[in-house]
Amino acid sequence: MPKAKTFQDLILTLQNYWAAQGCLILQPYDDQMGAGTFHPATTLRALGPRPWKAAYVQPSRRPTDGRYGENPNRLQHYYQYQVILKPAPENVQELYLGSLRAIGLDPELHDIRFVEDDWESPTLGAAGLGWEVWCDGMEVTQFTYFQQVGGFDCDPVCAELTYGLERLAMYVQDVEFVYDLAFNNEFRYGEVFHQAEVEFSAYNFERADTDILFQHFKDAEKQCRELLDGKKLVLPAYDQCIKASHAFNLLQARGVISVTERAAYIGRVRALAQACCAAWLESPMGAYRPRYAAKGRM
Amino acid sequence: MPDLLLELFSEEIPARMQVGAAKDLERLVVGALSDRGLLFEAAKAFSGPRRITLAITGLPAKQSDVREELKGPKVDAPAAAIEGFLKKTGLSKEQLTVHSTPKGDVYMAVIEREGRETAAVLAEIIPEAMARLPWPKSMRWKPGVSTRWVRPLHSILASFDGEVVPFSFAGVSSGLHTRGHRFLSDGKIEARRFEDYEHKLRAAHVILDADERAAVIFEGVKQAAFVHGLEMIPDEGLLAEVSGLAEWPVILTGTIEDQFMDVPPEILQTSMRTHQKYFSLRDPKTGKMANRFALVANMIAKDGGKEIVAGNERVLRARLSDAKFFWDEDRKRRLDSRVDDLKGIVFHADIGSQYERSQRLEILAGFIAHELNCDFRKAARAARLSKADLTSGMVAEFPELQGCMGGYYALNDNEDIQVAEAIAEHYKPVGPSDRVTTSKIASSVAIADKLDQLVGFFAIGQKPTGSSDPFALRRAALGVIRICLENGYRIPIAKFATIAGRLVMSAMMESARVKLLNKVPYWEELKDKNVLKQLLTVSDKARKALAEGAFEEYPPFDWEVERANNLLSFFADRLKVALKEQGTRHDLIDAVFSLGSEDDLVRLVARVEALQKFLKTDDGANLLAGYKRAANILKLEEKKDNRTYLGKVDEALLAEPAEQALHATLAKAIGAIGPKLDAEDFEGAMREMAALRAPVDAFFDTVKVNADDPVLRDNRLNLLAGLRAALHRVADFSKIEG
Repeated sequence: MPKAKTFQDLILTLQNYWAAQGCLILQPYDDQMGAGTFHPATTLRALGPRPWKAAYVQPSRRPTDGRYGENPNRLQHYYQYQVILKPAPENVQELYLGSLRAIGLDPELHDIRFVEDDWESPTLGAAGLGWEVWCDGMEVTQFTYFQQVGGFDCDPVCAELTYGLERLAMYVQDVEFVYDLAFNNEFRYGEVFHQAEVEFSAYNFERADTDILFQHFKDAEKQCRELLDGKKLVLPAYDQCIKASHAFNLLQARGVISVTERAAYIGRVRALAQACCAAWLESPMGAYRPRYAAKGRM
Repeated sequence: MPDLLLELFSEEIPARMQVGAAKDLERLVVGALSDRGLLFEAAKAFSGPRRITLAITGLPAKQSDVREELKGPKVDAPAAAIEGFLKKTGLSKEQLTVHSTPKGDVYMAVIEREGRETAAVLAEIIPEAMARLPWPKSMRWKPGVSTRWVRPLHSILASFDGEVVPFSFAGVSSGLHTRGHRFLSDGKIEARRFEDYEHKLRAAHVILDADERAAVIFEGVKQAAFVHGLEMIPDEGLLAEVSGLAEWPVILTGTIEDQFMDVPPEILQTSMRTHQKYFSLRDPKTGKMANRFALVANMIAKDGGKEIVAGNERVLRARLSDAKFFWDEDRKRRLDSRVDDLKGIVFHADIGSQYERSQRLEILAGFIAHELNCDFRKAARAARLSKADLTSGMVAEFPELQGCMGGYYALNDNEDIQVAEAIAEHYKPVGPSDRVTTSKIASSVAIADKLDQLVGFFAIGQKPTGSSDPFALRRAALGVIRICLENGYRIPIAKFATIAGRLVMSAMMESARVKLLNKVPYWEELKDKNVLKQLLTVSDKARKALAEGAFEEYPPFDWEVERANNLLSFFADRLKVALKEQGTRHDLIDAVFSLGSEDDLVRLVARVEALQKFLKTDDGANLLAGYKRAANILKLEEKKDNRTYLGKVDEALLAEPAEQALHATLAKAIGAIGPKLDAEDFEGAMREMAALRAPVDAFFDTVKVNADDPVLRDNRLNLLAGLRAALHRVADFSKIEG
């Protein structure tokens, strides 16, 4: 299998591979979030008895990782490739190794290892057991069997695969500086994103108005609660939870949240996530409805 | 005799859990076998990245038959009693026999249980053992199955005498198959007996035994280093870990780029070990770290490992670029400019920030350094800077480099070299195998750091209980003990614990005051935590004493003494553990600690050793017996009389020669023991006590303590009380066992 030569080849290859495994190929969620896990296609769909199989690219924002475009591999905005399989197929490790072969990482030539790394998201009240997958000593994927989301047990258990696309592409393309990646045959990654990294680093660390952000946090929290009152609007409520989480991440990058406050804020986001998950489990898609009994548009 | 072969094959098991799981499996299965009367010749457990294996040899084919005779009620017993017996034995009345005994005829029941086939018993035992296996963390994975395993379980190989032991666990049925190496083997392997199993696995590129894998890695790394004229830097922990990460270890070496070689070796080593699990190599002649590393792959690659090495070198470059970035960035600021940043780092919510802590340490380390007769200004400076590296990028990335980095940054700032050394070493010893610092200045900071930690957590009621010691206080106490004993440092622990306590208290009061001023509704919380009471106990005087650092002018209050004693008894427990290996008796440590006045660990150990030596002599053993006798009599009579005898003897009333002799010897001994103790000549003091043995024996042989004349009796009890008091100057003999 030839190696995926460009960044977008890598994405296209993964899309084709997982589409062939029967996954829905979804598009990125249109809210700012820290990781692909926050996409409702993972957070909410991981809960409840219905089977689910999806794959998508998710732009991920980590404000504190901004380095003004100067660090070879740290970015405040990067892409994750996310695969969620529910229930976890018995051969999920094999399926995953197949995806590495597809992008040109031949296990006969490389040293591929599953090294313990349990995953936990305090903001989502989520936890799972799994590994970081190493290819020649580099972490290329986070592989997790979800046990809990929003404080609720996942039953059935789903498998989540998260590929860090830039890092993987750097490995495949043998590039040491992320901005040197070939996005396609004509453009480099830096041409697409370097200016954004410089500007957003300044925004994240220096310019973001903390009063506005604190207000955003409060507003999102309030709106989320309201949407879960009375006739519940789960998905709009969860959007607010995502917004609150991102506002918190920005506030943290601005350095205005102390260590003790930090835990309290995380607890507040978690409470929102838990409330959304609880509501999801009572909603049509989250509650038990076997496929064959589905009627109408569901 | 038949053998059992059991293999539980799963997805990758965390390296840190493998060995423990294998031991647990062995323990559980072996325990269940013996509970069921099944004896065997040998059992051995193996573990690896994807499998836990248990081999038990020499089991019987079936359990032996059991014949049990039970004696029942008399033949003429009430019907209900006989009914009850039938119910208990599960027999009918006709099946009972009658036995005549001297007390009359009784029913006897003979129960015969046929031994079951071992295979059938195993089919019960194994899934039970698997269900009880205590994984540190386990998971569900199969829809509709709530059974947990560490990672998804794929197959169970269970063979007894070559035949499958049929059972299922978590929806997986047992069989006779397993798999080899994930990439270096193909398809299923059938195995019925251990030798065959081990052999086939090896052919399928799996080394079953973790010890063998470790040996392969150790030798491999040694060889690889040797080829380059280097040697490996031994790392037991890493060796154990990588043995659990490869079924077929292949050792390769790579190069560290020159641009990183001026980064301190600790950083290189930590980065390589923590993130990449590489072994560092060094030049055997200079001891300096080499620009090569050894890695353990789990793969025989088609190209001989070229891509693997190239890939790992690339990853390392990125890792070390990060580390070098921190190293360069951190050095752009002076370490002392970081001290203020410590205000933002919480040490513990109820104790305060690292900034407050570094302020306390500055004072405390200075005091201790003064006591140790070294440059207390340097110790104070080091203590002030000791925590500053916690705000550096490097320590945020590699917490285990705390201290070490501070030392480097201090040197970089042209701080005094002893100050830098003290910063670097003040966390030592970090474990039982770590060395202690030998410099007085560094020791002052190290002891201050640990005492502050102990006193702080004791003050908020976080004393370790049972096996739980979340703040590593036992390690802290042991650290102080080792620093003092190994260097022979003479430090009055109680005094410094009290100073540390005053510092902690004043910091707490200050933060309480600030909170009150901010009108935080804090009173309830204070009451809950009992902090209020503690705060109120500290009088203004104590605060003033602290401010002026005048410990002598403001001696400890009763509650402070109590706290110090509380801490000392914690030290005593640690000391017992520490000295146990040398064969020091724990009761003697108690006996000396009970004096309440001994808080200099070096002197304390000298006393204990002298005491232990003395008790081994004939005089010592007999004197102890005499003491016990005297103490028992006193205890009894004091209770009866409801008073304490203090030892005031009226010489005129000493009637018997033996009591006169004892009185005279005692007076002489008391006169001699004091100066010897003062001169710390403990063996000498013991010799003086030895002189008491003969008169004590003679006294008990010839004198009746409980004389009819109450005046004589009082006088004799006082004489014994005098003996008791004299011996208690050396140790509390009542704590001595035997």
